[in-house]
Amino acid sequence: MAVESGIALRDVTVVRGGHTALTDVTFDVEQGTLMGVLGPNGAGKSTLFDAIAGVLPLTRGTVDLYGDASRRGALAYVPQRDSINWRFPANVHDVVMMGCCRTGWFRQTGKKDRELVRLCLNRVGLWNQRSALMTELSGGQRQRVFIARALAQEASVVLLDEAFSGVDVGAQEGIIEVLQSLRDEGIIVLLATHDLTNLADRFDQVLCINHHVCACGSPDQAFTSTVLEELYGSHGIEFTPDHYRPVRRGS
Amino acid sequence: MIDYIVGPFEYSFMVRALIVSVLVGVMCPVLGAYVITRGRAFMGDALAHSVLPGMVVAFLLGISPFLAAVPAGIVIALLMGSIARRTGVSEDTSIGIIFAGMFALGLVMLSRASNVTVNIEDLLLGQVLGVSQNDVYTSLGLTALVLVGLFTFHRQLVYTTFDPVGAKVVGIRTGFIEYVLLALLALVIVIGIQAAGIVLVMAMLITPAATAYLLARRFVGVMILGAILGAISAVSGLYLSYHVDLPSGPAMALVATLMFALAALAKQQWRVKEAVA
Repeated sequence: MAVESGIALRDVTVVRGGHTALTDVTFDVEQGTLMGVLGPNGAGKSTLFDAIAGVLPLTRGTVDLYGDASRRGALAYVPQRDSINWRFPANVHDVVMMGCCRTGWFRQTGKKDRELVRLCLNRVGLWNQRSALMTELSGGQRQRVFIARALAQEASVVLLDEAFSGVDVGAQEGIIEVLQSLRDEGIIVLLATHDLTNLADRFDQVLCINHHVCACGSPDQAFTSTVLEELYGSHGIEFTPDHYRPVRRGS
Repeated sequence: MIDYIVGPFEYSFMVRALIVSVLVGVMCPVLGAYVITRGRAFMGDALAHSVLPGMVVAFLLGISPFLAAVPAGIVIALLMGSIARRTGVSEDTSIGIIFAGMFALGLVMLSRASNVTVNIEDLLLGQVLGVSQNDVYTSLGLTALVLVGLFTFHRQLVYTTFDPVGAKVVGIRTGFIEYVLLALLALVIVIGIQAAGIVLVMAMLITPAATAYLLARRFVGVMILGAILGAISAVSGLYLSYHVDLPSGPAMALVATLMFALAALAKQQWRVKEAVA
């Protein structure tokens, strides 16, 4: 990706149904960053993603997408499990093909689209399962299909909401590896979860939120006992700080 | 036997009825595939009942009732959405209110309009043997319109049905697509009312699509198989209507229901076999 791109949030405040979901959220994400968004359930993670995606009116503040991230269709969303209509009978190939349809009312699928779908499914290792129905897949495989859809969309920002719910630990590793390869291509990846357990050190940046930004930085900077207490109350201390101590793998 | 099958079509009214039956049989399940996967069956039923006042107005004005039902259906579809949004009542409550209110209004208008000589039973239960040449042209026109709409918005409709949040994020105007679907649904219901009537058009809209849903693996398969099963139901209903003198709507609905029952049984057997093996 040639163009410098990124996301900048300034004082983003969202009031929804009389209660404040986000207060003065300010942070930056640059091109090629894998960021974990951590916070307890109901901390405003989904609201934050909606704000970045531009599908929610902001009460105050600004969300700026610049460079490649600002083009139409640059954002892709890997949905929470319960926001998908599982009654809809779609196989793996169908779902990834949806990524090819960002614009164009009359556009029908062509050879080029099918080739793109094949490439994207190969990257997430699911080409052999292309005819399987989505309901026949495990949680981890479903997430990889949605990541392939984001790839087919040629997204430069990928938002994953509660990406690890219903996904076993082994499969989480596999997802992170795919996301790291996206990051290496310059894509911004934001992954929201209420539980980072032992994967925290695999992220470049961690944003801890509980309606406001508690901490933002590299995992070893962000995870202090104060921050974890702010996120999870005093029992958060149990995790700290040894549990989250980053273990550098490889390098 | 051949006479039993071909004989009826010596009459031009039967040829007209056949054309309309096939259109209804094919188009209702194609839209019905969206209705059942989105869980909007109640909406479809309500829409069919709510177009009655529009049709009565058309009788009074002496224009084709099916032409008048189109704008009525679209207005009602928009109204249902906006009541739910503005008053905060649940969507099915708002659908129920409009459904009953508009149907009642239509019946009252019909009972008051002394110069309207329409058989209410035909309107409610369908009488495909009575369609006029103009009705055939109207149905063909509406079918073409629905096909263009479905083809144009296919990918957006599929995306918003499967993943409404993701669709919004990639820039699909989901609210607009919802209205497109409702408008197409109103058009198809208007075509369907001629054959199956206001009360039973539901059977053509959802039953063949639901049967196909049991048997097909993918959404496009549900649409295609649904269209085939719908056409079989409609044409069988037409024969029953002609030979046994049944109202066409109930005859078509019963064939469609029977097919669903058989498919459900077959699927259950198949599952048991799979579980044993």
